[in-house]
Order: sequence, then C-alpha cells, then structure tokens
Amino acid sequence: MFEITRRRLLTTAGSLATVSAFGLPARAQGKDKVKAAFVYVGPVGDYGYSFAHDQGRKFLEEKLGDKVETSFVENVAEGPDAERVIRQLAQGGNDVVFATSFGFMNPTLKVAKQFPDVKFEHATGYMTAPNMAAYNSRFYQGRAVLGTIAGMMSKSGKGGYVASFPIPEVVMGIDAFTLAARKVNPNFTTQVVWVSSWYDPAKEADAAKALLDQGVDVITQHTDSPAPLQAAEQRGAIAFGQAWDMSSFAPNAHMTAIVDHWGPYYVQEVQKLLDGTWESHDVWLGMQEDVLEMAPFNPKMPDDVKAAAQKIVDETKAGTYEIFTGPIKDQKGELKAKDGERIPDADLLKLDWYVEGVNA
Amino acid sequence: MLLAAPLVAVALTLAAGAILFTLLGYDGAGAVRSIFVTPLFDPYRWQDLLVKAAPLALIATGLSIGFRANVWNIGAEGQYVLGGLAATDVALLTHEMEGAWILPAMVLAGILGGMAWAAVPAALRTRLGVSEILTSLMLNYVAIQLLYYLMRGPWKDPMGFNFPQTVLFSASQTLPMAVPGTLIHWGVPLAAILALAVWFAVGRTVAGFQIRVVGLAPDAARYGGFRERATVWLALLAGGGFAGLAGALEASGPFGQMVPAFPTGYGYTAIIVAFLGRLNALGILVAAMVLALTYVGGESAQTAIGLPAAAVGVFQAMLLFFLLAADVLVRYRVARSAAHGAVTPAAASAPAGGSAAEPAASKRRQPVEAA
Repeated sequence: MFEITRRRLLTTAGSLATVSAFGLPARAQGKDKVKAAFVYVGPVGDYGYSFAHDQGRKFLEEKLGDKVETSFVENVAEGPDAERVIRQLAQGGNDVVFATSFGFMNPTLKVAKQFPDVKFEHATGYMTAPNMAAYNSRFYQGRAVLGTIAGMMSKSGKGGYVASFPIPEVVMGIDAFTLAARKVNPNFTTQVVWVSSWYDPAKEADAAKALLDQGVDVITQHTDSPAPLQAAEQRGAIAFGQAWDMSSFAPNAHMTAIVDHWGPYYVQEVQKLLDGTWESHDVWLGMQEDVLEMAPFNPKMPDDVKAAAQKIVDETKAGTYEIFTGPIKDQKGELKAKDGERIPDADLLKLDWYVEGVNA
Repeated sequence: MLLAAPLVAVALTLAAGAILFTLLGYDGAGAVRSIFVTPLFDPYRWQDLLVKAAPLALIATGLSIGFRANVWNIGAEGQYVLGGLAATDVALLTHEMEGAWILPAMVLAGILGGMAWAAVPAALRTRLGVSEILTSLMLNYVAIQLLYYLMRGPWKDPMGFNFPQTVLFSASQTLPMAVPGTLIHWGVPLAAILALAVWFAVGRTVAGFQIRVVGLAPDAARYGGFRERATVWLALLAGGGFAGLAGALEASGPFGQMVPAFPTGYGYTAIIVAFLGRLNALGILVAAMVLALTYVGGESAQTAIGLPAAAVGVFQAMLLFFLLAADVLVRYRVARSAAHGAVTPAAASAPAGGSAAEPAASKRRQPVEAA
C-alpha cells in the first residue's frame, strides 16, 4: 500500500510537471481553467457566514463561467478533520483552496507546506506562507453602524450580544458596537453571552432569550444562524442579521445586517491564478473595497436613525470615520487611546480587552 | 446469528441510504458508492481512515469492558478531553525541554487524566448508588467548559494574537509517524495492539471472567464471591484510561496543540463502534473502520456529488438503528397469541458466552448494596 502511495506521488508529481511544461509556452505560468475548492465551518444553509462565502463561490462561477470549476465541503470541524479535508482537496487537483474559518489556519499551513504547487487562502487568520495568503474583512466597521442604530433605538439602554468565541475578531465587534452605541447614548451597556459555537441555533436562541429576560431590547450576534433574530422577533425587540440579509426570518426585528460580500475578492484571486500573477498576501478589506455592505434598512426604522446609520457608512467609505479613535476607556476605566488617537491595526488584530460599558 | 446482525445492519443501511437519497433527488447509488466504496480504492484515503479509526477503536475498546459488565460509561467524551488536557499540561510544562521521556510522560498523564475523570462516577456509583449513566454524561459538559477556560486564560499562546489556543507542541512532544512519509502515527498500531490485548484479557483472565459474569448474571457473580464494587471501578477506570489515552494521542498527534475544537464527538461515536463491534475487541477494530469510512467518505461525497454534510449523520444513525433492530429481531420473534398479539421472548435462556452483548433494555441492573 505504501509502495503504491510513493509511486502515486511520483506519478502525480510527474504529471504535474508535464502539465506545467505544456502550459508554459501558452502563457507565463497562467492557466486556462482554475479548480477552486472552498471549506466551510458551518452548513451552507446557515443563512449566515458560511452561506455568505458560498454566495461568493456562486458569484465566482457566474463571473468566470467555464474558466473556473468549484466545489465545497461544509460543516468541517476545526482541527485534524479540517487538515484531512484540505489535504484531500489539494490531492484532488484543486489549484486553490479557500479555507474560510479562523480555526482552519494551522491545518491549512500544514497542508500548504506539503503542496507547494497548490495555492491556499485562509480567511480571518494571521499566518501566511509563500503559497498561503490571508484575507480578512473589517467586520467591525459594520458593527459601528449596528451600535449607532442600537444606541438610538434602545429604550432600556441595554443591548444583548450573542457571541461565539472570544477571539480578537469577535472582541473587536463587541467593542465597536458598544463604542458606537455609547456615542449616541453614554449610558448604553452591552451584555455578552458566549455560546462557544459558530453555529448552534438552539443555543443561540437560548442565549438571546436569556438576554431578553434580563431586560435588553436590542439583540445582536456574532454567531451564524438566524435563531437570535427569531427570538427577538417573538419578543418585539430589534436585532441585526449576521453576514447576510436575514430579514426574511424576522421581518419586524431585522433592522439591517452586515453583509459579507466575498464574491469580488474570489473573482480577483482566481483571475490572478488564470493570469499567473498570484502572490501570497495578507489583506484586510472592508467597506471601502465593498467586501462589507449593509443590508437595506428596515422601513420601520425612524428617519433620523436611518440618516445617522447612513452617515457612518458614507464616512467609513470616505475614510473619515474610524470607530477605534480615542478617547477609548476599557472596562476598568483605564484610558486605552487618547483623544484623537487611532488604535493601530496591529493592536486591533490581537484585541483582548473590552471597552467601558461591556459586561462580558 | 448475533454475529451476523452487524453485517445485516450495514447492508440495510446501505440499501436504505441509497433509496432515501434517491428520493431526496440525489444520485442514491452514487452516494453510497462514493461514501463506502470509492475511498477504499485510494491509498491516501486509507491513511485518513486509519488515523480517524484509531481514537474510535481505542475509546470503544475501553467502553466495551464496562458495557460487558453492564456499567454504562457515557462519559468517554469528557474522559477523552481530560486525557488531552493532562497531556497538554505536561507539554506546556516541558515546552523548553527536550528528551525522549516527554512524550511517554504526556501519554501517561493522559491515561491518568481520563481515569481521574472516570473515577468521579465510579465513586458516586459505589458509595452513593448514583447512576453512572447520568454522572458520566454530565461530566462531559464540565470537561468542555474546563477546556474553554484553560484556552481563554491560563494556557493561551502568548504569541498567538490572543486567539484561544495553546502553542504548537515541539518535536519532542509530537507523536512520530509509524510509517514515515505517511500520516499514520504510532497511535494507529497502538490501538490495534491494545484491542488485541483486551480481547485476550477479557477472554482468558479471571478479571475478564468476572466482568462477563457480573454483566450477564449479577446474582451468580455475587454468589460466586465477585465484588460488584470492584467491577464498577475496574470498568470505569478502564474506559476512562482508554479514552484518556486516545485524548493524549490525538493532542500530541493530529492536533499538535490544544484548541477549543478538540472535542469532536469521538466519545459518543465510540459507543456506536462498541456495539457495532459486538463489544468484541476484534469486532471493534472493524467497526471503527466502518465509522471512519462514513466520515472520510462523506467528505469525498460532498465534493464528488454534492451530498450535504448531514448525510454522514444520517448514515451513522441508520447504522445504530438497524443494528439495534436486528438484535431485537434475532433475539425475539413476533408471535401471535390468542389472548394478546404481543412480542414474546423466543428463548428463555440468555445468549451463550460468546456474545456477551446485551442491549441496555434487556436486563435490569441489580441495585447496589448500601455501603
């Protein structure tokens, strides 16, 4: 069996060499067709994060037509299971593998070292390699819009936050939401409940209900199912969609949503592979690059709230609004950023403290 | 016939799966083929299968000891996590050191960690008569919370951008490959060796005999002077030790660090493995490969024919369902009686020694004597 493996490896290497040898004269290391695979942490039917990536995959197929062939594996556990899936995809002749969850980082890196001819793109992490790029979105820009709406519309001045894991991306979202809300209502507080999962509708709904029982009248979430929204809808609270427009699940509660629009990025990266210009990189995109968008505002939203929310979107796009601008105090009241001082990206990417007003 | 039941169950699962997925609009026969057949013809997938089957076989082997004695340890998942955590603790303490002793120390710590976690239900059962089914199950959730706490605070990698995970283990802390150039680490042959050892121990030693007698005939065991308390302890510590070993091997092997996603349900899937393998160590090795095949093949089927990930869960559940159904139909026959058309036992005698597997419902455990 292992003899066969070794022989197989050699054959594969041989055929790869042949392919690139034939490919070379046509176009400098470019390709006529790219096989792209996607690995999702949740089910594609979560209507949230994984769903949004899959919409990106469909966008890619639509734009590039027969120049691209895509496949995906959903519900992949972070750890050795992810490593096995990613390796299987690399062995399966894919030119590029998009690993779309933070927990896939080390597994992707391990496989990337073993398959130098395959390109890997990992979302929301910090490790790169010559054939492994990192891409991320400034989700917190959208959180600032949600916080503004929450601060203006909440009567109790208390918001509930259904959160997954305390990784910097999530902490950043909680802080941005609270900072924005307190700019409008200085007494606003955010109560966080951790559900320790990216996708667990039952737990997410329980967390949202517990928060509503504690008197919050705004629910926001950093988990991927529409369950918290549905809980908010039942209780007459307001809430926001995660990663995609979830208004169909909660037509009254859903004020807007942070929409992850990965499609153009996927098209750009696959185009680079077709042209032979792909290089490893580490990018942090956001509203300015249209990777992040807000879903249409609910018609029930008062006009002044709509205007204030739109102003933040416009100024973020123009580059004049940045939520992580001082003065910012942490939970203990210690000054973390002086008046007018902006927290640098490097510090944001390892953020592990909460701003004043957060109960986590 | 009892030995044929798992084969019947597998066959029924494949047939029902093919029909079900055809009705759902997929290529049903293709789904069964790409999950259960295609991976077997790919040498790469064999490596994946063995690596995935090893922890399942280890945990199921440990559980089978207890299940034979009618001791229902449902807490293998938590014992597995504690094994991984104990090994990680040793790894973090020795991170600046080198030496061949580190890995064995991690593995030993893992075994002890799993045993310690299993000792809680054992003590509660033998001293207070609390059902080990409930206590062992509930401790799973405690173990996972403990893992989350350690990942977020004390054990967080200081250079890891505040992501909740430990540092990567060093070379001295990583399980080497049993077959160089492949993914097959030493946990794979170890699982097979230990399964054979348990098969021998249960069949050929007094302790093994004691376990079987306590399970099959508690009254006879008591009359024969076998102490039930000792059996409960032995059963739970064996289950915990094996699960802890599996946890230590997974942490030091495929994971190479500790992460919040460490518990992946091996402790629960191993229960299916144990019963599918007839609580027989050799059967468990085969059953572990079948369950591993559902995972590995399920992933191939997603890319090959666009089958949803949930299909794997459907196949695993059908497997257990058909197995239990086959067991009932083998042991009992449906008879029409004039008075009430009821199901009556086909034979009064318990099945002979070779098949000690007794489903939970078929026998009530004797109450534990008060301490």
